[in-house]
Amino acid sequence: MTWFDIGTIDDIPLRGARCVKTPQGEIGVFRTHDGRIFAIENHCPHKGGPLTQGIVHGAAVTYPLQNWVFSLEPGKALGADEGEVKTIPVKVDDGRSSLALQNILLAAE
Amino acid sequence: MTEKLVIIGNGMAPGRMLEHLLEDAPGRYQVTIFNAEPRVNYDRIMLSPVLSGEKAFEEIVIHGDGWYIKNGITLYKGHKIVAIDRAAKTVTSDQGITENYDRLVIATGSNPFIIPVPGNDLPGVLSYRDIDDVSAMLLVAQSRAKAVVIGGGLLGLEAAAGLKERGMDVTVLHVMGSIMERQLDPAAAYLLQRKLEQRGIKVRTKANTKAIVGNGKVEGVELDTGEVIPATLVVMAVGIRPNAGLAKEAGLSVNRGIVTDDRMQTSDPSIFALGECVEVGGHVYGLVAPLYEMARVLAAKLGDGEDRHFVHSDTPTKLKVTGIDLYSIGDFADGDDREEIILRDASAGIYKRVILQDNKIIGTVLFGETGDGAWFNDLKKKATDISEMRDTLIFGQAFQGGDSSDPLSAVAALADDAEICGCNGVCKGKITSTIRDKGLTSLDDVRAHTKASASCGTCTPLVEKLMALTLGDSYNPAATQPMCNCTELGHDEVRRLIKAKSLKTIPAVMQELEWKTSCGCHKCRPALNYYLVADWPDEYADDYQSRFINERVHANIQKDGTYSVVPRMWGGVTNAAELRAIADVVDKFAIPTVKVTGGQRIDMLGVKKEDLPAVWADLGKAGFVSGHAYAKGLRTVKTCVGSDWCRFGTQDSTGFGIRLEKFMWGSWTPAKVKLGVSGCPRNCAEATCKDIGVICVDSGFEIHFAGAAGLDIKGTEVLGLVKTEDEALEVIVALTQMYREQARYLERIYKWTKRIGIPEIKRQVLDDPERRKSFYDRFVFSQKFAQADPWSERVSGKDKHEFRPMAVTQFAEAAE
Repeated sequence: MTWFDIGTIDDIPLRGARCVKTPQGEIGVFRTHDGRIFAIENHCPHKGGPLTQGIVHGAAVTYPLQNWVFSLEPGKALGADEGEVKTIPVKVDDGRSSLALQNILLAAE
Repeated sequence: MTEKLVIIGNGMAPGRMLEHLLEDAPGRYQVTIFNAEPRVNYDRIMLSPVLSGEKAFEEIVIHGDGWYIKNGITLYKGHKIVAIDRAAKTVTSDQGITENYDRLVIATGSNPFIIPVPGNDLPGVLSYRDIDDVSAMLLVAQSRAKAVVIGGGLLGLEAAAGLKERGMDVTVLHVMGSIMERQLDPAAAYLLQRKLEQRGIKVRTKANTKAIVGNGKVEGVELDTGEVIPATLVVMAVGIRPNAGLAKEAGLSVNRGIVTDDRMQTSDPSIFALGECVEVGGHVYGLVAPLYEMARVLAAKLGDGEDRHFVHSDTPTKLKVTGIDLYSIGDFADGDDREEIILRDASAGIYKRVILQDNKIIGTVLFGETGDGAWFNDLKKKATDISEMRDTLIFGQAFQGGDSSDPLSAVAALADDAEICGCNGVCKGKITSTIRDKGLTSLDDVRAHTKASASCGTCTPLVEKLMALTLGDSYNPAATQPMCNCTELGHDEVRRLIKAKSLKTIPAVMQELEWKTSCGCHKCRPALNYYLVADWPDEYADDYQSRFINERVHANIQKDGTYSVVPRMWGGVTNAAELRAIADVVDKFAIPTVKVTGGQRIDMLGVKKEDLPAVWADLGKAGFVSGHAYAKGLRTVKTCVGSDWCRFGTQDSTGFGIRLEKFMWGSWTPAKVKLGVSGCPRNCAEATCKDIGVICVDSGFEIHFAGAAGLDIKGTEVLGLVKTEDEALEVIVALTQMYREQARYLERIYKWTKRIGIPEIKRQVLDDPERRKSFYDRFVFSQKFAQADPWSERVSGKDKHEFRPMAVTQFAEAAE
């Protein structure tokens, strides 16, 4: 597992998200209202659209095209919808955040 | 490989069948539907409430467009299938589309029977079958003239009551001696006829139509006695015929309807039939309950699910006319081996009759008081021996032991397998267990999860009693619908409290109004953000993270994640320089699709998100600003060329449209707002289906509002006529501001109008000049903060993080 630096946490708006382009595809990095950071694959499991475009509330994001709500923590859709997104390990040191990218590579195989 | 399932027809039966099939065997079929009607699936049994004005079309839609998209179903709207090629396994539509199938479902429904008399094709003769018929009736009803309904059955009487409700002078002609003779005995028919006559509907029995007379359009109905009854509208509601023509041409076995076995299979093993076009076991059906049962049987067959067979059963008849309670089921003819128990209460207009054979109920007719209908039907279905309770049977369930004072006790006493919702075949046990298991608390939830009371709605009181029984004191039917799960408060209450408590930020609202979540959800945050922008234009700082993506990036997200860009084209007018600039942008950024929109401007589709700021920069240099095609705000002002060019134009409609657009752009509204200005009543700008429309006339400007032409279609209401352009502007702006201040988030003007009523809007913006002026002034004030072009702001760097990735990681070895 290798940690890759992606920038400072201030690059991500509170209750917002940014995307990171990696060789395995886009990863969405989310920052909640209370400053926690989460990372998930930036693809809605339903239609494949970008989850970073959604509205962030609590530790969840609502995908704009179908209004599915995904929890950022265990990667499950909330409510009546089924579906799961893959979470990516993310850590914050001294205000800089990094992603553990090897894991996605392993997961993709 | 997934098999191809093609369905001809998009009525209630195939819609329900698909719901079952998608649940039982998801992904099994690739589904294609051909619908001869140009729209989605709607609840045909609710046409009568639409006709009478108790419901709007949008309230009776069963599956909106989104449902088809979500389930990957291809729906061809307005395509009538003209041929089935059974050898090649293909169907072909009148628009030239050919699809092949592995399995085919024919659900072509029925055609209204048109009686073969002279004049039956005159304009003004309608049937009562679909929403187009209802729209046509409503148009004629505006004249408040005379209508004749031919046919005194269920449909005819509902049509008559609806037209009467709409202000027409209605006569019903029925060829038999008493109305609804197939469902009612003469005593109940008499009570029903009297009740209809009290409402001012004339009922003529034994009236045999000889001809429909008129010169170029309907003028009256001539009876065989020679008498002519004047009419500008004639509705034929004498019955339906299964629509089996297509199946017959394809060589399938057809009798009265398309013949199927009890698993809905036709004489061709790859072809199935469903709905009113079917003849199964020698019966054809027109009521919804057996059609839904067919849907269940066919879904089981297609999905290789349970071994389910269609069995004939009686369906209760109910008349959907508000204020008339009527219930009948089974056999009620007299006979030597039959007994009957009758209860009459003349002063209350109540008649109840139960027909018995061998101490078992075989038929029931109830008028005036129908609460025990379900109970009688249950006894009939189970063939219960009633000799023990014979003396009190007719008084209903509440009198069978126990205390009768509690209205809930009757419902509580029902067995778990007692049918509550006849349309959808839902029994009591299913409803109560679903309420408990899923923790349902609202009627809408119960409808969504069980389908009970989701069709005709006559069982709603029963379902509500079941909810009260199951939930106890926690059930509060009068509670307002909360905004979302974060609060108990409804939209109106939140809007009121924002003003009353001077709440000026989202955290303030959530704190003071005791939100249950820490930072809201995707339902309440955008709504709160709008309310605060609308109420405190100078003080509130827009919360970017509470806007949907389209409003955050000022473009419309497309299904592949790219965006579409629509610049403003004031009043739909453009010029060579603007077109050249658009062409250059399209070339430079390789934009795949350029399209003219319905709102008279140009849409560039397929723009990559990171290109957006550069696209806007180039458009901005040519003088373009954002068209807000993504916004809950002013979208377009559609115009015709007006008096500048048109020989019919009465006013400068183009100029006025541009003036309105320049005055009103940038303002946020609860939902999108589209305007139209037509230069004369020929209405080339289609102003009468807009949120706000203007029809110019010689004497001034007729202001319209509350139209719709999307999922719902609705003509506008007339607000009033004003003499000058300045007055028209003031009224339109005041109306918009009233809407901004009083409507609920995402509520279009027509829905808001329906909720609060046209007179209230007239009172506030037309009749009260001071109030109008203050609305106008508040709009002008808020525009000071709203009219900033969002595109040029972003070109100069605002929110730049939105358009760039946070990081791009490269690690070549990992990519391999």
